[in-house]
Amino acid sequence: MSLDKSTLERVAYLARIKINESDIDSIASELNNIMSWIEKLNEVDIDNIEPMTGVLNVPLREREDKVNDGGYHDKVVKNSPEKIGNSFSVPKVIE
Amino acid sequence: MSSITDLGACEVIEGLNKKDFLSEELIEEYLKLLKKENKLNAYIHYNEEKSINLAKDSDKRRVKNSALPLDGLPLAVKDIFCVEGEKTSACSKILENFIPNYESTVTSKLWASGAVYIGKTSMDEFAMGSSNETSYFGKVINPWSKNKDLVPGGSSGGSASAVAGKLTPAALGTDTGGSIRQPASFCGAVGLKPTYGRCSRWGIIAFASSLDQAGPITRSVKDSALILKHISGYDEKDSTSANIEVPDFVNSCSDSIKGKKIGIPKEYKIDKLSISVQKIWDMGIEWLKDSGAEVVEVSLPHTNYALPTYYIVAPAEASANLARYDGVKYGHRAEKFNDLEDMYCSTRSEGFGPEVKRRILIGTYVLSAGYYDAYYLRAQKVRTKIVNDFNDAFNSCDVILTPTAPTGAFEIGANMSPIEMYMNDIFTVPASLAGLPAISVPGGLTEDKKPLGLQLIGKPFDEETILAFASVIEKSASFKSI
Repeated sequence: MSLDKSTLERVAYLARIKINESDIDSIASELNNIMSWIEKLNEVDIDNIEPMTGVLNVPLREREDKVNDGGYHDKVVKNSPEKIGNSFSVPKVIE
Repeated sequence: MSSITDLGACEVIEGLNKKDFLSEELIEEYLKLLKKENKLNAYIHYNEEKSINLAKDSDKRRVKNSALPLDGLPLAVKDIFCVEGEKTSACSKILENFIPNYESTVTSKLWASGAVYIGKTSMDEFAMGSSNETSYFGKVINPWSKNKDLVPGGSSGGSASAVAGKLTPAALGTDTGGSIRQPASFCGAVGLKPTYGRCSRWGIIAFASSLDQAGPITRSVKDSALILKHISGYDEKDSTSANIEVPDFVNSCSDSIKGKKIGIPKEYKIDKLSISVQKIWDMGIEWLKDSGAEVVEVSLPHTNYALPTYYIVAPAEASANLARYDGVKYGHRAEKFNDLEDMYCSTRSEGFGPEVKRRILIGTYVLSAGYYDAYYLRAQKVRTKIVNDFNDAFNSCDVILTPTAPTGAFEIGANMSPIEMYMNDIFTVPASLAGLPAISVPGGLTEDKKPLGLQLIGKPFDEETILAFASVIEKSASFKSI
């Protein structure tokens, strides 16, 4: 499977990363080199093997669903590049 | 003449206990060096006032005989740990001015034990790199550099350079695929990656959540044991934190290794291994044998597939974790954009460096519709096989000994392709994928006089055994720091 120009453009859009037109070919070829190296994994027999999502063999813990934190809006928005009062501000999305 | 900045972590505590010097004197000595010495570029910033106040408080506790276990010990922190009130950026432009309102669990445990914050150390951007060259704040120099500047390794390159360059007695790093062990090896320091789940990940900027672990970089094995003891433990804020007892790791350093079995994986004897790396590895085997350990050959048949597996799993997790950087809640926001979507795209394109973008693109690709089964699911299955290899090997041995890296430190600006750069982690990535504890301890110098570490990999939650073995190597190698 090779990563062609249009696939790269689609992936870049999914990742919300802009790639300059002039860089597309070089990035595609670089990623292709990496992906073809990764394809070595096709040699491995994975029949009847369970996928691993994490190394700890313990079930995820449950906790009571209760509020145990909060009440500091100012701290939450403190690092925002643009805020209005206690809210994050973004460009208008609904006309 | 020796200086108090030559002392390692345990020696600092001893000196403070004996009233040889005050914590304030020690921290002032380090701050003096930081102000004068910027050659290594190991720190990205420090906070003089905060450090001095913490040291003064510590000295007061000691006078009142109420000293805490790490009281007065200066400690540098990789820029990936959120430290309340201190800029924390993971050395990325996208988080350039982020000031956390909270403290990571691991650092808060250290401050609660009396450690004194010195400053933030440089790292590869978002911990993605093996040379510290992807940091937004410039390249970090390895203190072992002579005519030409050498990389300190990465991604915890600032921490390793600061520890080896005597700009802190000890530092915190994080390790996802070798980011503590490889820089420790390159700089002639000790670096320990604990078992996945041993230390809380809460408040650490996430790279690949199923792999990331915090750990110490120090000047001795005992110092790593001491720091590990104080950063370990259950944390309900991290859903993968293990609720398991924390032993006294410092005592483990003097445990006998007599009769224990040491596994040598035949697949790690790769063609590219230089004669001097092989020689240091062989010497390590001899030292352990001389202390009564028995050597067995083990096989880890899927070693060759570990790096390609890692370069699917880690970018996939990273692409999800780094989706949060959108210019809304914190960090950099592009100045010019047409609409909301363009704001996201421009912000992320300006804010991330080339290696981070590369990994986000790979991660997005392997998770995208039509490619998920072929790449991501397959990699997760191969990961299971890699873990099974280790389980099998540990049926016949107690620890596994390997070189930490295939070479010593290379020159800054060496023109490497991404894959050549990824090869640096060939010996460290397998243990990461299996979540196993591993330590790098200086084994000697390569023929061109660069430090090289030996890596000991242990069974899950058996840091005690790797510390005992590492202590034997440390004693036998009698490695001279720079």
